[in-house]
Amino acid sequence: MHTAGDQIAPDAPLVAALLAIDPRGLGGVMLDHPMHEQARAFTDAVQRFLADGAPIRRVPIGVSADRLIGGVDLAATLHSGRLVSERGVLAAADGGVVVLPMCERATVSVRTTLCEVLDSGTLQVARDGIGITHDARVLAVLLDESVEDEVVHPALVDRVAFRLPLRDAIETADLATLQAAVHHARVTLADVVLDDRWMVALCETASAFGVDSLRVPLMAVRCARAHAALAGRATVEQEDAEVAARLVITPRATRLPQLHEAPPPEPPPQEAEEQSAPESDTTPPEMQQPPEEQSTPESEPPESERPEQEEQESQQPLPSDAELLRAAVASALPPGLLEQLMARATSGTVQGRVGAEEQSMLRGRPRGARSGLPRGGARLHLLETLRAAAPWQRVRHRDAATPMHAMPRAPRVAIRREDFRIRRFVERTGTTVIFLVDASGSSALQRLAEAKGAIELLLAESYARRDRVCLIAFRGAGTEVLLPPTRALARAKKVLAALPGGGGTPVAAALDKATQQALSVRRDGSVPLVVVLSDGRANIARDGSPGRPAAQRDALSAAAAFGQFGVSALFVDTSTRGEPLARGLAEAMRARYVLLPYADAKALGGLVKTAMQMADAP
Amino acid sequence: MRPVFPFSAIVGQDEMKLALLLVAIDPTIGGVMVFGDRGTGKSTAVRALAGLLPTMRVVAGCRYGCDPHANGAGCDDCRSRVAQGETLRAVAASVPVVDLPLGATEDRLVGALDLEKALTTGEKAFEPGLLARAHRGFLYVDEVNLLEDHLVDLLLDAAATGENVVEREGVSVRHPARFVLVGSGNPEEGELRPQLLDRFGLAVDVRTPTVIATRIEVIKRRDAFDRDPTTFLAHWGKQDAKIRRALDKARGRVETLEVGDEVLERAATLCALLGTDGLRGELTLLRTSRAFAAYESDKTVTLEHLRRIAPMALRHRLRRNVLDDAGSTTRVERAIAELWGDVPATA
Repeated sequence: MHTAGDQIAPDAPLVAALLAIDPRGLGGVMLDHPMHEQARAFTDAVQRFLADGAPIRRVPIGVSADRLIGGVDLAATLHSGRLVSERGVLAAADGGVVVLPMCERATVSVRTTLCEVLDSGTLQVARDGIGITHDARVLAVLLDESVEDEVVHPALVDRVAFRLPLRDAIETADLATLQAAVHHARVTLADVVLDDRWMVALCETASAFGVDSLRVPLMAVRCARAHAALAGRATVEQEDAEVAARLVITPRATRLPQLHEAPPPEPPPQEAEEQSAPESDTTPPEMQQPPEEQSTPESEPPESERPEQEEQESQQPLPSDAELLRAAVASALPPGLLEQLMARATSGTVQGRVGAEEQSMLRGRPRGARSGLPRGGARLHLLETLRAAAPWQRVRHRDAATPMHAMPRAPRVAIRREDFRIRRFVERTGTTVIFLVDASGSSALQRLAEAKGAIELLLAESYARRDRVCLIAFRGAGTEVLLPPTRALARAKKVLAALPGGGGTPVAAALDKATQQALSVRRDGSVPLVVVLSDGRANIARDGSPGRPAAQRDALSAAAAFGQFGVSALFVDTSTRGEPLARGLAEAMRARYVLLPYADAKALGGLVKTAMQMADAP
Repeated sequence: MRPVFPFSAIVGQDEMKLALLLVAIDPTIGGVMVFGDRGTGKSTAVRALAGLLPTMRVVAGCRYGCDPHANGAGCDDCRSRVAQGETLRAVAASVPVVDLPLGATEDRLVGALDLEKALTTGEKAFEPGLLARAHRGFLYVDEVNLLEDHLVDLLLDAAATGENVVEREGVSVRHPARFVLVGSGNPEEGELRPQLLDRFGLAVDVRTPTVIATRIEVIKRRDAFDRDPTTFLAHWGKQDAKIRRALDKARGRVETLEVGDEVLERAATLCALLGTDGLRGELTLLRTSRAFAAYESDKTVTLEHLRRIAPMALRHRLRRNVLDDAGSTTRVERAIAELWGDVPATA
């Protein structure tokens, strides 16, 4: 096991060097909540290692598709009379670095385009009359600036080899020492030999840490090679594999590996952790391994572990390379990792907010044309454009000063920038009606059938308005989202028809689910409206145990929690004579309470329609 | 051109590979949807397929790559040339595998007014789009579940009719666009519109391999390919050639294979048991078993063929059942076990 003294350089310059040595193989790095200057210093370091003057392009958060991907250079096109294409940010960064600030908020188009570029090294442009493929061999520097429930999209994380906390300033001296080695390593990388056993060890290490994606061990293999090249070695050795495992694999760990049986090397790492604890207090909630020199300042902990490893070796004649790696890597793990892993495992990874919705110029109903340039996906309204240009034709052709005459062949129609008209679309966010249907035994089957009829009518109504519907059913011990927000009427109908009845009434769980769904709908930019169809007679508590008192208490608290968010709601009491419990729940939810003894489909339809209009109104 | 990872070197993922080969044998099966985890080689497989496909004959000079023997099904240009008594000269061309990037705009998908010509000469000319390029080949959409609705609509329309009708900016064009739609996506990141899902003949699930030996083999091959593509391709070229020959033979044979009553009945029973709507499920079962039998060089289509391909043909056509938590694949397998009984099914 190596100590801080062996390490070529602190992590940040080291990662910059490794990236420059194998940019296509390693993809890039995600910097964990860096300060502006740090991110900049890091990117500059990568640039310096790559080549002087290698491009650095920043992808601003609200980048338009034509700037990201490229499109028509309208000014040049009009000037020259030929179709002139314009390269976007990604293609312009070919051979250099793309910086993506606030990568957790990357829109779908930014994310998918960047992924394509990182995978293929090329960018296919198919927009605005342009069909071309550019080279785009870029390194990605993702700046993770997430807060609370935001999560960087896993597809992005999966394509960059490193994740780095960047806590210390990058020393120019470190860079200077590395410079020559990096240039040399770029040449020798192709000849570095990696024995199969390291490949096996890295694959096993990734699996042991619960890293599923196959991209990760592959990047670790490349990292090990790059590190060997940097160290001036022709063959990958244990140290290279260790660095690769520590930098590439552990930051993605989803579980701790089962280290070798007998005396598990857990106590020593804990000691080590305690020693570095004061400093690690500042560790951001994201799990990150502290830089090597920090966790092993006096190289004491490794020494305390060393005898143990040797002991292990003597007991087990041949501990595999993977085990050695695992042990080495585990000792570099930060304190509190396990708890974080547990928290992560329970919260799920894709639950959080991933990316942002984007506005489209193409959705909604067409509504005439307006003046504007046909870019960013906006569609040219040619007829209107020609109409706009028509009255000026004689003037323009006569006017000798106009550049139109400078062109080799004067076009038949002289169109100027101000003539362009683009199509207009009316976009509406629409309402998402979330039906929370009680399919339990207390809502008699007859009731359920009636409710189904009512919902079908509503579905038809929502469909006509292009609103979305979402169906949640609760019965027995479970609450299930039968249908996530959708516009597909046929599907909703089918699902509804297959809905069986019977079982307990878990109102609390159902309301929790409805709250969650309503908030997620709201995040997507749509207006939620929750329609509950139930008699409110809860008999299953939140924890799934039967019993009326606890169940009703839980239901009320869930209803109150729902009420806090100000989501429009309608509580349709399906009991025959009106149920005080249902009324109480409706009040707590701040929902409109309606007693509908026979759940008359038409009446219900009318009610929800009114509620929808009210929800829609600002 | 960048070297393409050879199809035969893809480790495991047998169902995905088989599905892609089957739609290459019989394009009327109607496309493949690949659901799966990140980094499972979805895109790799589709691109590898491109390197595998045998060449096809196209009309020389036709911008849509029409089939020289397409009687009356060619583009307007080819049709009028035939009508004038011209004999169309055929040349060999590789089967197109076209990528539809998510950032594509409508005009590039369906084709549009050639802006350059319009600007320079004022001429109203049509510039074909990606649908035209994909004619008689494959159109691949990665993360198809994230494709914008209006592009999905255009795709569906073309896929359903086999032609692309463009009426925009004063251009009025109609040309054949028969392509096999291959989509991939991660269901966690957004559901596929049911209309679109229904359009795919086959659906396969790919999972990250968990067996450590398999994972190591994947990494080894990928690494070997990245480091020395020439040697790697030379090594796997033979295997690829073998698949290519099998594919070619199967294509020649698939038309001659008849599906017997027993298989027809079983397919119908299976669909009924699973409650799939419409005839599309049955039709896909028949075509896919036939293509599979052809690929296996079998003389007849048997129940065993049907059994093997049933999960990929049906798993995306099931309605959801609240009473049944099992995944759709399990449900299909259960139904198969019930119907086949005597055959050792993997239930």
